[in-house]
Amino acid sequence: MVLNRDFVGRTYAPSAPYEVSRVKIKEFAAAIGDNNPLYRDVEAARAAGHPDVVAPPTFPIVFCLPSDALLDPELGLNYAMVVHGEQRFEYQRPIVAGDALVSTSTVTTIRTAGTNELITIRIDVTDADGKLVCTAYNTIIERGGAA
Amino acid sequence: MTATATINYDDVEVGHEIPAADYPVRRINLVMYAGASGDFNPIHWNERFAKTVGLPDVIAHGMFTMAQGGRFITDWVGDPGAVVDYGVRFSSMVVVPDDDKGTLIQVSGTVEKKLEHRRVLVALTVRSGGTRVLSRAQAVVQLA
Repeated sequence: MVLNRDFVGRTYAPSAPYEVSRVKIKEFAAAIGDNNPLYRDVEAARAAGHPDVVAPPTFPIVFCLPSDALLDPELGLNYAMVVHGEQRFEYQRPIVAGDALVSTSTVTTIRTAGTNELITIRIDVTDADGKLVCTAYNTIIERGGAA
Repeated sequence: MTATATINYDDVEVGHEIPAADYPVRRINLVMYAGASGDFNPIHWNERFAKTVGLPDVIAHGMFTMAQGGRFITDWVGDPGAVVDYGVRFSSMVVVPDDDKGTLIQVSGTVEKKLEHRRVLVALTVRSGGTRVLSRAQAVVQLA
């Protein structure tokens, strides 16, 4: 379906805080096959200047998707036709175990490309002090949405 | 950023090629990734379902492939906290057959630009089955 353009600029309520745990970082690192000690060994992470073990660069996908906008029936998204188009993470500082992270989603663009509909959502991830930690940009393609 | 990269900015020139790496992916890896990420879309583990929606076979999560590109960069730089910015476009699927070999995600990278604050822009080439599976894959990395 053609996506509802009224959604552009819409910002959703902040999420409940997501508590980043050492166990989840270790599980995620194992799932991507990555043996970097800074994902598992607190002493190694501290020796590298971090307060605790560090999360892999793509870790925020665990807690920031799917955003509320994509789940809103009024958007008109046919989820069966969805593929991931683009993804980006921009960091102000690394995510570490012990962080309590709040995600706030904003629909930035909706556009047509050929027969597809594309929606981009920006997710601002802030810590317990309200400081920006990471900005995620998520572009979803609805195949045939504009056909 | 607090990060302790093992690569020194002064030792890196534009055009520097990071040694290529091959990352094997089998069905077990996709099952693990589904559990760890929370993405249980059956196209990533159920061949029967994947074929009913027109796919050739089970395909890897795009984010799994992106993670292999991330691993390539963090293996190079040492400290994952040195990755300041990382973005990709998903251009093709990584098809993962149900056998003991699976497939390979092949990653190579080049330093494209030297930036301010001792940072570099790295461009990645990520292929599987002879096809480029990520395009515009690039990262900004904080070097020592």
